[in-house]
Amino acid sequence: MRRIINRRPGRGGALFWGALPFLVACAGYGVASALRLADNPNDKLLPPLSAMVAAVARVAFTPDARTGDYLMWADTLASLHRLGLGLGVATALALVIGIGMGLIPYVRAGLSPFVAMLSMVPPMAVLPVLFIVFGLDELSKVVLIVIGVAPFLVRDLAMRTVEMPREQLIKAQTLGANTWQIVLRVVLPQMLPRLADALRLSLGPAWLFLISAEAIAATEGLGYRIFLVRRYMAMDVILPYVAWITLLAFASDLLLRWFNARCFPWLRAGKASS
Amino acid sequence: MSNVTVRDLWMEYPNQVVLERVNLEIPSGEFCALVGPSGCGKTTFLRLLLGEERPTRGSIRLDGEPLVAEPGPDRGVVFQRYSVFPHLTVLENVILGREFQQSRFLGRLFGARRRAAMEEARGVLEAVGLGNHLGKYPAELSGGMQQRLAIAQALILKPKILLLDEPFGALDPGTKAQMYELLLRLWSEEKMTVFMVTHDLKEGFTLATRVLAFDKVRVDPTDPGAYGARITYDLPLTLKKAAMTAAAGAAGLVPAG
Repeated sequence: MRRIINRRPGRGGALFWGALPFLVACAGYGVASALRLADNPNDKLLPPLSAMVAAVARVAFTPDARTGDYLMWADTLASLHRLGLGLGVATALALVIGIGMGLIPYVRAGLSPFVAMLSMVPPMAVLPVLFIVFGLDELSKVVLIVIGVAPFLVRDLAMRTVEMPREQLIKAQTLGANTWQIVLRVVLPQMLPRLADALRLSLGPAWLFLISAEAIAATEGLGYRIFLVRRYMAMDVILPYVAWITLLAFASDLLLRWFNARCFPWLRAGKASS
Repeated sequence: MSNVTVRDLWMEYPNQVVLERVNLEIPSGEFCALVGPSGCGKTTFLRLLLGEERPTRGSIRLDGEPLVAEPGPDRGVVFQRYSVFPHLTVLENVILGREFQQSRFLGRLFGARRRAAMEEARGVLEAVGLGNHLGKYPAELSGGMQQRLAIAQALILKPKILLLDEPFGALDPGTKAQMYELLLRLWSEEKMTVFMVTHDLKEGFTLATRVLAFDKVRVDPTDPGAYGARITYDLPLTLKKAAMTAAAGAAGLVPAG
């Protein structure tokens, strides 16, 4: 009998073991839901699949009676708009400040204690301040995402830049590069895939901040809708929304991974053979 | 022209003297091997020549001019590792020097100028034996090939001085022998001054026309950092140099005179 650390699933086996937890979770829900509904046909806590499909058809494929919008799409658009804006600004900040801190000793000396302190401010604790300062509409939500995500991205990128082998920077200088050229041709191309990875890790927190902000003050958005229908205990809307948010986050993670593999072939070079 | 003059050089770190009273006169075209036990300051000396660090006291002059205290295109360098850029292909690694030189803002060449740089780079890569690997990334090359690439990359700007920091330390003996041959050929073709740090005495004597041995003359057993290393032996291998020049001349590599 071989040790368990040496036994590997084949292609089909990996698929089966990967699918198993999903199937178990779905089956568990189905059974629990059926049991509760058998007890009380009006139970709202664990609605059957048919109820959820009907709810999705209502919010996604029929225009809302009051506004004429397709609610789920309008919510998705609003949320993704805020998220994209927040992550975009955070990424831009990370590129400029992170690489600056990593590469230029004076910038590092000037900013790194401040950024280290700033990154410890709990973003949710300053949300009221943001609402007071930036108002209750879009800006405060975007700023919350930026405040929540940017310090992590900045510090991660600064550390990665510092970690670059000193030999590479010396070599670039002996090839006559000025600082700007070093940033453009040596540091930036090697940091972009690292930034994409850091961004993947911050997708979770970014959604957290977005939904929190929307829950408190918004007129549309995925988080807003969930917290709105919570009042009616409308699990048939909440559960599909949660699944949809998860799917969106998963897709953006996949997109970033694909971006790395597609745009930076050197990352994988030489690894396949060893 | 690229003669190096070192006058009364001291290098001190807090609580530690690394080099003391180093005096040196290296004429143009010399191949110097820096040898000595580890921790004796030979790499520090190379870093001073590179401009990565500044001497505490004393001066280094290159052709009579004080050395600029940061790395520049007049001094090429090859380290033991990490000398090449992992995100660029072999060809891109080599044309990078020309791109930095000719495109100050974008650091990138296009069109005819790029083609000219690529042509030149192809020539250099052909000379170091990488002509068939232009599109590969460094991670796909063996250790010896990576060092060839690093040398080609350093040579495209035709530096006056080539600094080598244990460039062959991680290579196997067979590859080393090939690299020796390559390096000597390039050195006689380009007529640059070479400084090579090595911990391998045999390598030093095989390649160099001058061997500089670094060691501590005085040692205080209670305070190892009190005294620094000096150049204890400065051995010009004149006979070998003459023989090599003659051989190179006969092969038509060095024009007469």
